[in-house]
Amino acid sequence: MSDELIHRVIKTMAASKRISAESISIDSEFQQLGIDSMDAVEILFALENEFEINIPDDEVRSVRNVRQMCEGVEKLVAAKEAAKAAQQG
Amino acid sequence: MSRRVVITGTGVICALGRDVAEFRQALQDGRSGIGPIESADTSQLRFCNGAEVKGYTHRPYFDDRRADFLDRFAQFAVIAAREAVAAAGIEWTPEMRENAAIITGSCVGGQSTEDTGFHDVYKNGLNRVHPLTIPKTMANAGASHISMEFGITGPSFTVSTACSSAAHAIGQASWMVRSGITDLAITGGSEAPFSFGILKAWEAMRVVSPDTCRPFSKDRRGMVLGEGAAMLVLEPLDAALARGANILAEITGFGMSADACHITQPSADGAARAMRAALRDASLAPEAIGYVNAHGTGTVANDLTETAAIKSVFGAHAAKLAVSSTKSMHGHALGAAAALESLATVLALHDGFLPPTANFTTPDPECDLDVVPNQSRPADVEWAMTNSFAFGGLNAVLVLRRFS
Repeated sequence: MSDELIHRVIKTMAASKRISAESISIDSEFQQLGIDSMDAVEILFALENEFEINIPDDEVRSVRNVRQMCEGVEKLVAAKEAAKAAQQG
Repeated sequence: MSRRVVITGTGVICALGRDVAEFRQALQDGRSGIGPIESADTSQLRFCNGAEVKGYTHRPYFDDRRADFLDRFAQFAVIAAREAVAAAGIEWTPEMRENAAIITGSCVGGQSTEDTGFHDVYKNGLNRVHPLTIPKTMANAGASHISMEFGITGPSFTVSTACSSAAHAIGQASWMVRSGITDLAITGGSEAPFSFGILKAWEAMRVVSPDTCRPFSKDRRGMVLGEGAAMLVLEPLDAALARGANILAEITGFGMSADACHITQPSADGAARAMRAALRDASLAPEAIGYVNAHGTGTVANDLTETAAIKSVFGAHAAKLAVSSTKSMHGHALGAAAALESLATVLALHDGFLPPTANFTTPDPECDLDVVPNQSRPADVEWAMTNSFAFGGLNAVLVLRRFS
């Protein structure tokens, strides 16, 4: 996972939750950050806009921390790039 | 003044049918009205199912010119009110019209009309919106059109408390009849939320099931939106007896609470306080209740929280209590939900059956109530409760009694 992606996910989460990016690390749990279910839904919305991806409901059900979130975003971004490449093929 | 309040007429239109007889039959058969959404394009949505009034058009209910003035949600309100008033056998006098009350619930009102109008100016580049957009969108349009339909000039208003709207409306109406403020009330709720913008907003909340609504089932994946209306005619018992009315059930308790906790997450404590308040208002011990029509949205959070609240209120009696969610059949009709569920509860008491929780597959150890899975059951219940817990934490619970 690239530092750039982690940085962008954290920055997006921080802006959505209105907390400082410094207070979030790759090892933060949502619970520690005070992120409840509605906060999480808002963060998903912000990440979808930031990365121009669609995050399916089933993908996020078990996401509980920043690392899982980054991994999920990375996977969806990779799928998007692959689809784009295939289209340009 | 404290008078007993009875229901003498009911009317309904929803995914389960276009009158009370069809609605009752569907509940008894455990037939779900959930299916592919037809009145909005779902190709860009993460869900495609809803509980719509299939094939609905304003005819034969309204002529074209009258229909121009009514959003679909207001049409449903008038259709249900017509059936309820006809069933009650009301013979209007000038005094009755001046005294009667209309109290309706709606969550989104005519936002579908607004959605179309805003689409025109934002997307289609038009420079004007239809002049009826405001009067069709307002949430009180249902109450207003019912008043015009029957020439009712008494106290009339609309309550909007999200998914509790109709319960707050019916409860308020029952208290107004009880206290002598009015001698006749038409009350219930109506909703028609199947418009693309509204569906997108629900999609973003990530609470809508991609397939169907399975309340209290281990594999539940969320709610399914519904539409429709149900209306009740309420009268004081003495007046109903005096005119030989057909009494369907009695409303004996109404309780409300606020969670004061979170804008969307439910609270078991808030839900339990509303149930206790309704029992207190009915002067009833929890053990007397034989059936609870649950809020039962089919979301992970609601069904867990509601189970905990029911156990907290009913204690050991919770194990013997039948609890079902008819949202599994008529969908979650938001501001009309409690009206449909109150009607289901009236029918359960009056016709001696427990409507089931449809689409149930697997028991959830954390929702270990008797949820009347999939098949309705004959039952002789005297007292029942119907729960409504809204986003925003505003809860409303009604207690109903079989009339005998």
